[in-house]
Amino acid sequence: MPKILGAVTVDEARCKGCDLCVVACPVDVLSLQPKEVNDRGYHFAYMANPEKCIACGSCALVCPDACIEVYRVVEK
Amino acid sequence: MKPQDIIKPENKVIARPRLLLDAHTHYCPGCSHGVVHKLIAEVIDELGIEDNTIGVAPVGCAVFAYNYIDIDWVEAAHGRAPAVATAISRLNPGNVVFTYQGDGDLAAIGTAETIHAANRGENIVIVFINNAIYGMTGGQMAPTTLIGQKTATTPYGRRVDLNGYPIKISDILAGLDGTCYVTRQAVHTPAAVRKTKAALKKAFQNAMAKKGTSVVEVVSTCNSGWKLSPADSNKWMVEHMTEKYPLGDLKNV
Repeated sequence: MPKILGAVTVDEARCKGCDLCVVACPVDVLSLQPKEVNDRGYHFAYMANPEKCIACGSCALVCPDACIEVYRVVEK
Repeated sequence: MKPQDIIKPENKVIARPRLLLDAHTHYCPGCSHGVVHKLIAEVIDELGIEDNTIGVAPVGCAVFAYNYIDIDWVEAAHGRAPAVATAISRLNPGNVVFTYQGDGDLAAIGTAETIHAANRGENIVIVFINNAIYGMTGGQMAPTTLIGQKTATTPYGRRVDLNGYPIKISDILAGLDGTCYVTRQAVHTPAAVRKTKAALKKAFQNAMAKKGTSVVEVVSTCNSGWKLSPADSNKWMVEHMTEKYPLGDLKNV
């Protein structure tokens, strides 16, 4: 059975740390940076569990600032 | 496979919409406006109408919408966006014209313009962001504020005897003969975002086919005005707003 591998990139400067992508992710990939902040003082999102990503794109759909891009590889 | 092996241009499946300009939006973190801007940019790009689409920006939180989407815009006076859109669509019949309005703009000061533009069946799209509050001015009561909802001007909750009932403006517009498509959507989950995008696409296609006025109401959140976190305001919206403003198509001719 083909396995889908996914990954996302977060535009750290644009992210406002609203947490909506973290809530929307069905497999708990994303998380907000606990300490680090961007230039505007927001705790931006990052891939805390990158191996779990299934490239469903839920995070990118709900992101109000369009700062998430999704990548997908189908491993046969 | 490591993330850096997956993150390559040929594997990209969801990218930032091409028509969104490279500006930081002024919206609060988690604001629904950003999602709707993104969807409008995607729909205009997919329909290939970026060169002949004219947006009419409102007064309200979305007043700077012209800074964020790479199409032609006109800024209207408070509530007068449907009147301005009427003029644009009549003088330039080849263009696709849409207004982007909040509930304070569309349902309060602009009620007359909205109802009459829809009643005349102008070939425009009205995108209506309903977050039940005046977000930009500091969270005052709007006509769409729910009964019992606390705002800056109703600190003990909206009272019927003092403030009247919340206005369901989309239901009023659905009752007019000039509208061809009236729908109420939300953007709180990925599925809802997909549905809203489909609704926006249909509305723009109606405007291109000159079928009449299309209204897409998006029940949204205002987490700053509601004094909740973005995730909690989505939950609050589902629990309270969708009861008064049920989601779905109100009219589809």
